[in-house]
Amino acid sequence: MSVSPEADLAPLSPPSRNNGLLEVFRQRYLLRLLVRSTIDARYQGTVLGWFWSYLQPAVRFCLYYFIFQVLVGRGGNMENFAIHLVAGMVVVHFFTETFNGGTRSLVSNRGLIIKLPMPRELFPVATMLVALWHTVPMMVILSGVCLLLGWSPDPVGLLAGLLGFAILTFLGVGLALVFSVANVFFRDFGKVTQTLTQFTTFSVPMIYPYSLVDDRFGSLAQYYLLNPLAEAVLLVQRCFWVGTTSDRDATIAEHLPDDLWSRGLIMLGLSAVFLVLAQLWFSKFERRVPERI
Amino acid sequence: MTRYIEVENATKTFTMQYHRSLKQIAVARLRGQKTHDRFNAVDEVSFTVEQGESVGVMGLNGSGKSTLLKLISGVMQPDSGSVLTRGRVAGLIATGAGFQPQLSGRDNLWLNAAILGMSEAETRRKLDEIVEFADIGKFLDTPVTYYSSGMKARLGFAVAINVEADIFIADEALAVGDRPFKRKCKQRMREIREQGTTIFFVSHAPGAVRQLCDRVIVLEKGKLGFDGDVAEGIKYLHYDDDDDGDDDEGFGKGD
Repeated sequence: MSVSPEADLAPLSPPSRNNGLLEVFRQRYLLRLLVRSTIDARYQGTVLGWFWSYLQPAVRFCLYYFIFQVLVGRGGNMENFAIHLVAGMVVVHFFTETFNGGTRSLVSNRGLIIKLPMPRELFPVATMLVALWHTVPMMVILSGVCLLLGWSPDPVGLLAGLLGFAILTFLGVGLALVFSVANVFFRDFGKVTQTLTQFTTFSVPMIYPYSLVDDRFGSLAQYYLLNPLAEAVLLVQRCFWVGTTSDRDATIAEHLPDDLWSRGLIMLGLSAVFLVLAQLWFSKFERRVPERI
Repeated sequence: MTRYIEVENATKTFTMQYHRSLKQIAVARLRGQKTHDRFNAVDEVSFTVEQGESVGVMGLNGSGKSTLLKLISGVMQPDSGSVLTRGRVAGLIATGAGFQPQLSGRDNLWLNAAILGMSEAETRRKLDEIVEFADIGKFLDTPVTYYSSGMKARLGFAVAINVEADIFIADEALAVGDRPFKRKCKQRMREIREQGTTIFFVSHAPGAVRQLCDRVIVLEKGKLGFDGDVAEGIKYLHYDDDDDGDDDEGFGKGD
């Protein structure tokens, strides 16, 4: 793009560019500033600043530890149940923040959207990155506690964690794209998202182990595993929780499904396909967004 | 002469939704009322703008001026026909857009520049100029929440007016703030024009259009009503009767 008229002339072209997520990737600088300013604004004006982002999850961790490990005493047959739970919580938090926030992202940036020709995928993607940033303190605390409990990270476990988050990212951005544009036309979709995300906590093996589902439902448990979120939670638990138990292999055999990896890879593929479809859907309706928002 | 804007039979149709909830729609259907209507905000408009031309777009409220500007800035796409532009389209369209009130003026300056399409290097190059133009002193490093409305406007304006554009568009008053700042804005607008930048300027103020433009386009209910000389265009719109609607600087948008 030429900036001064003397430079090589740019061609006559339509002023609106619609390259979707690729354009977002090209505008990394803007994306970075949007994400950073949202994060900075969050703790602006507080004396403790970013310390809050560690304090809140730490308090939550202690709370869950007390309730489940001390009070209810689940530790009976489950080693380090608090880790099991918090590993799931990190996943659920990241997903719901991406999905809920992403769905609202277009409407809440109305002022920019009706005036400036920005790639509008920018807003759901920025929401996802902010959500990802917010998982960092939780991960730090989780890792710290894991290390205290004698966790030795194994490469396979770390890969499982990465795979889990890759599934969540694709799925979360895809859903955010689909629902954010739908929310512009019918604000009902924002409510739908809120309702749907209420299920996530209970639809994943977090406050109960997967082995419980396997016991109770038998062969029907395979349908439970079709939920990509359940798969992602199991992968992240494979990363953190399994490593803290005294007998890794026994834990895997007892509490994780047999085909964790093949399921995970298939889920990743399907999530990627879904993301592509979501982008197509977004591009289809995006044209009408500035006039309907 | 190089063509910078080419609008050919551009039409933009809007749907007016009278009812949104299921109940309202059902009731309206039963009564045989319309639930929605369509109208062309911009209707078969064609014109071209050459390099260095300064075009004022005038028309009554609801005549489609802002929609036409959005087609040119790329916020909207025409439903039929085509709109083509050359180079970067920027200007006074969303001054202060995306300000984060909790962050400092300086942080917001960088963010706003990026939102208006400036790269990191470009912002760094222009930083001193923008800071000097805004001229808000020490307040630059305090949160924008504590700014007076004038200071906020100055900061937004200083960023927007310093974005280098091939086509400079404006849908807002060309000058804000106190008298010295207004004078500075007018001076900067003249410079932009003298640099040979193509200007596309939506306005209700005949004074401002007379000062800045060498051509006027008048829209009437979405259609192109007049395209030509400034004085004739203003006359066409009957905006030349008396000037009591204008401000003394002649640079405001005036509505």
